[in-house]
Amino acid sequence: MHPIFASIAIAGPETVLTLGSLAALMLGTFSGNGRGGRQALAVTSLFAVAILALAGFTLLDAPAAATIAFDGLYVADAFSAFLKVIIIVAAAASVLMALPWLNGTGPDGAVRGRFEYPVLMLLATLGMGIMVSANDLLTLYVGLELAALPSYVLAAFHRADDRSAEAGLKYFVLGALASGILLYGVTLVYGFAGSTQLDVIAGIVSGQEERSLGLLFGIVFILSGLAFKVSAVPFHMWTPDVYEGAPTPVAAFFSAAPKAAALGLMARVLIVAFPGKVAPDWQQIVMFIAIASMVLGAVAAVAQTNIKRLLAYSSIANIGFALVGLSPGTPGGISALLFYITVYVAMTLGSFLVVLQLRRADGAPVETMADFAGLSKTRPGLALAMAVFMFSLAGIPPLLGFWPKFAVFQAAIDAGLIWLSIIGFIASVVAAFYYLRLIKIMYFDEPVAGIVSEGSTVNGGMIAACALFCSPLGMLAMTPLAGATARAAAALFPA
Amino acid sequence: MPILSIMILLPVVAALVVATLPGDEAERAGRARVVALATTLVEFVLGIWLWTQFDQTTAAFQFTEKLPLFAPYLDWSLGIDGIALMLIELSVFLMPLCILASWTSVKKRVPEYMAAFLVMESLMVGTFAARDIFLFYLFFEAGLIPMFLIIGIWGGARRIYASYKFFLYTLLGSVLMLVAMLWMVGFAGSSDIGTLSRTDFPVEAQFWLFLAFFASFAVKMPMWPVHTWLPDAHVEAPTAGSVILAGVLLKLGGYGFIRFSLPMFPDASAQLIWLVFGLSMVAVVYTSLVALVQHDMKKLIAYSSVAHMSFVTGGLFALNTQGIEGAMVMMLSHGLVSGALFLCVGVIYDRLHTREIGRYGGLADTMPKYALVLLFFTMASVGLPATSGFVAEFLVLLGLYQTSTWATFVLTTGIILGAGYMLWLYARVAYGKAAGDDTRAMPDLDAREIAILAPIVVATLWMGIYPKSFQQPMKPAIAEVVARLEGRELATVPTDMTLSPLKAQLALPALAAPAHAAETGAAEAHH
Repeated sequence: MHPIFASIAIAGPETVLTLGSLAALMLGTFSGNGRGGRQALAVTSLFAVAILALAGFTLLDAPAAATIAFDGLYVADAFSAFLKVIIIVAAAASVLMALPWLNGTGPDGAVRGRFEYPVLMLLATLGMGIMVSANDLLTLYVGLELAALPSYVLAAFHRADDRSAEAGLKYFVLGALASGILLYGVTLVYGFAGSTQLDVIAGIVSGQEERSLGLLFGIVFILSGLAFKVSAVPFHMWTPDVYEGAPTPVAAFFSAAPKAAALGLMARVLIVAFPGKVAPDWQQIVMFIAIASMVLGAVAAVAQTNIKRLLAYSSIANIGFALVGLSPGTPGGISALLFYITVYVAMTLGSFLVVLQLRRADGAPVETMADFAGLSKTRPGLALAMAVFMFSLAGIPPLLGFWPKFAVFQAAIDAGLIWLSIIGFIASVVAAFYYLRLIKIMYFDEPVAGIVSEGSTVNGGMIAACALFCSPLGMLAMTPLAGATARAAAALFPA
Repeated sequence: MPILSIMILLPVVAALVVATLPGDEAERAGRARVVALATTLVEFVLGIWLWTQFDQTTAAFQFTEKLPLFAPYLDWSLGIDGIALMLIELSVFLMPLCILASWTSVKKRVPEYMAAFLVMESLMVGTFAARDIFLFYLFFEAGLIPMFLIIGIWGGARRIYASYKFFLYTLLGSVLMLVAMLWMVGFAGSSDIGTLSRTDFPVEAQFWLFLAFFASFAVKMPMWPVHTWLPDAHVEAPTAGSVILAGVLLKLGGYGFIRFSLPMFPDASAQLIWLVFGLSMVAVVYTSLVALVQHDMKKLIAYSSVAHMSFVTGGLFALNTQGIEGAMVMMLSHGLVSGALFLCVGVIYDRLHTREIGRYGGLADTMPKYALVLLFFTMASVGLPATSGFVAEFLVLLGLYQTSTWATFVLTTGIILGAGYMLWLYARVAYGKAAGDDTRAMPDLDAREIAILAPIVVATLWMGIYPKSFQQPMKPAIAEVVARLEGRELATVPTDMTLSPLKAQLALPALAAPAHAAETGAAEAHH
C-alpha cells in the first residue's frame, strides 16, 4: 500500500470530517429551501452530527503510542485522541443547541439559520482535529487557520445584527494579527533550530551547547499567537466583545472546542519540541500568562452585567487555571490540564445552554444578568442547573468543578510552584464573587416579567446531562477520567 | 453496617425527596416539614446508637469505612474517634430542634428550606467523620453552599450582604489551607488523617502550614480580628440558621485545631501559642465590651460567641489535658447554650418581629415560663456552677494556668464581663415594665417551644452536673493529641504574674506531663 493511504487511515477522524463536510455542503445545497430554509438546516445539522459521531467512532481504535503520518507532519496518539473526543462532543453539542436559535426569526423577520452553520462547524472541527494532531509547526499553522476561518464567519453569522458583524470583523482582524505573530515565531524557530518538526526540534535544541536567544524569541512569538487562540491575558481583549456580539450558540462553541484544541496544541508544542534545558524559559512565560489570566479574568468580571461578557471573562480565568497545569511541564500537570479541559467544557457549555434556553417574550435572546432574576421561582430546574454550573465554575467542592482546580494545583505544588498556587486560589475566591452574584440574582431576587423559556427538549436534555456531570455525582467519573488523562499525558513524554 | 455512610447519605436522600414532593404549595410545605423532622429524628437515633456502640477506651478511629471511590484524588474514608463522636452527637441533637424551630416561622419556600437544612446535616456529619484530609475539606467547604442559601433566601433585611460576607470570608480562609494540605499530602504521600497526624513535618515547614490552617480555622472559629462576618451572618440568618451556625459550624474551627493543627504541627503550635493567646485575650475583652453596647439581641449573643470561642482557643493551646478537654466541653456547652439562646431570641422575634432589646421588658411578668428558660440559659452562658458552662470555663482556666497565667488572668476577666452583658441583657428583657402594649400582649411559650427548649435544658444540666458522660469518650483521643505535643519547646510567654523576662528566658518551660487534676478539680468545684 502506498504510504499516503496508510497516513490517511491513521488520520481517520480528519478524513471522515473532510469528506463529511463536503458532503454536508452538497446536501444542504440540494435539500431544498422549504420553510424558509429550515428544512435544509435541519437535514444538514443532523447529517453533521452523524458525521461527528462517525469521526468519534474512528477514534475507538486510535493508537495509544505516537503514530506518525504524512512524513512526520501528523501524529495520532492517546493525547490527540482524548482531545478529539472532547472537541467532537463539544462541536456536536454546539450544532444541536443552535437549532432553536437558528430556526427563530431575527428582527428583520427572516429566519436566522442557514444550512452553512453546521458545515462551518464541521470545517472548524476538522481544523481543531489537525491542531491537536500537529507534529510540525506548519501543520499546526494549517490546522489553526482551518479552525479560525470558519470561526470568523460563524461569529458574524447573524447578518442582521450589527454587533454580530462587528464581532466577526474584530475576531478576524485580531485573529489574523495573532496568526501573523505565530507564523513569525515559526520562522524564527526554524531559523535557529533548523526544522519545523516538533520531535526533530527537540533533538536539535537539546544538542545545542548554549541556548539560543533567537529560539527563545521564536518560542515567545509562538506562545503569543497561541495565547490569543486560548484567549489568555494579555491577548484576551477580543474575547468579551466577540462573545457578546456573536450569536449565543456560536459563543458557546468558541468557549469550548477551540479552547480545548488550542490548549492541547500549546501543551504538545511546548512539551514535545522544547523539553529539558529550554523548559524553564517557557515555563516562566506560561506561569505569567496563567497568573495574569486568573487575576484579570476574576477581577474584570466583577463589574459585568452582560451574561455573555461574564462568561467570556470566566473563560479567560478558567484558561488561566488550566495553564497552571501546563506550568510544571510534568506528566501529572498535563494530565490535570486535560482533566481541567474536560470539566471546563461541560461547565461552560452547560452555562451557555441555560442562557440559550431563555429568551425574551419578543424573541430576542437574554443578555443581561438581571434577566435571570428570580429564576429559581419561575423555573426551579433551570435555576438549579445554572447554580450547579456557577458553583462548579467557582470551584466549590463537592461540585465537580473543584476537582480539576485541585488537580492542577496539586501538580503545581508537587513541582514546587507554591506561590503560583496561592495566587491562583486567591483569584478563585475573587472569581467566586461574580459566580455568586448570578446565584444571588436567581435565588434571592424577585422574578422579572417578560422572560420565557425556549422549551427545547434537546437542549433541556443536554443541560441535564451537563449538570449531572458537574454535580457531586460527577465525582464518580473522576477515577476513569484520571486513568484516561494519565494515559493521554504519557503519550507526550517519551518513555 | 456502614453506619457513618448511612448517616451522611440519609439526609441527602431525604433532601432530594423533600425538594421533589408533589402537591400544591401548602401541601408540599406540610409534607416537607414532616419528612425533614422524621429524617433528623432518625439521624438522632442513629447518633445515639453510635454512642452506645462506641468503644470509649481507645483513641483509634472506629466504624471505619474505606472505598477508593474517587481515586486518585481522595478516598471515601470515614471513621470517628471520641472527639468526632461528641461533635456528631451535638449536630444530630440540634438538628431536629432546628427543624421544629422553623416549623411555623418559615413560610416561604419551605421545601427548599428543609432540603438545605438536611444537606447541612449531612455535610456536618461528614466533616466530623471524614478520615481523608481532602474528604474533610470537601465537607468543610461544601457547607458554605447551603448556609449561603439559608442566609440569603430566608434571612433578614441585609441578608445579601451578610451571605456574601460569610461565603467569601470563609472561602478565602480555606483556600490557603488547601494549598497547605496539598503540600502535606505531597510530602507524606498519603491523604489519610491518621497517617498525617503521625508524620513529623520539618519544623520550618510546620510554621507555614500552621499559619495556612490557622487562616482557615481562625475565620471559622471565629477569632478576633477575622470575626466580623459572624455578627452579620447571625443577625441576618433565620433563627434555625443561627442555631446551626453557632451550634455546629463554629465548632469546625475548634475541631480543625484539635484534629489538624495540634497533632500535625506540634512544634509550630508550641511556638505560636503567643499568637493564639494574644488574639484570644484581645477577643475576650474586646468582644465582651462590644457585646455590652449592642441593641440587637442576636448581635449581642453573636459577640458573646466570639468571646466564648476564645476560651476554646485558649484551652486548646494550653496544650495540656485539662485545657484541651475544657475546650472540647466548651464547644459542646456553647453549642447547646448559644443555640438555645438564639432559639429564645427566635421565640420572641416570632411574636414581635424585632430583635431590638429596648422593645422588650417585663417579660418575667407577662411570659413567666419564657423568662425562666431565658434565665437558665443566661446563667449557663455566664458559667454558673451546675451548668455546662461552668465545667468548660473551669477546665479551660485550670489548663491555661499551667501554660500562661497572664492569659488566664485576662480570660477570667472575660467571665466577669460576660456576666455583665448577659445579666444586663436579661434585666432589660425580663424585668422592668413592658415597652409597649404589643410587648405585654405576647403569649407565653407554647407546647412546641417547650418541646424545643426542654431537651437543651436537660442536656445543659447533665453536662454541668455529670460531665463525665461527655468527657469519657473523648479522653483517649485527647490523650493521643497531648502525647504528640509532649516535650515540644514552648514559646517564651510570660508564665507567671511577676512577668520577669529574665526568668522566662532562663527556664524554657517544656510541656509538663498532663496532671490528673482535671476531674478532681472539676469534681471539687461542685462541692
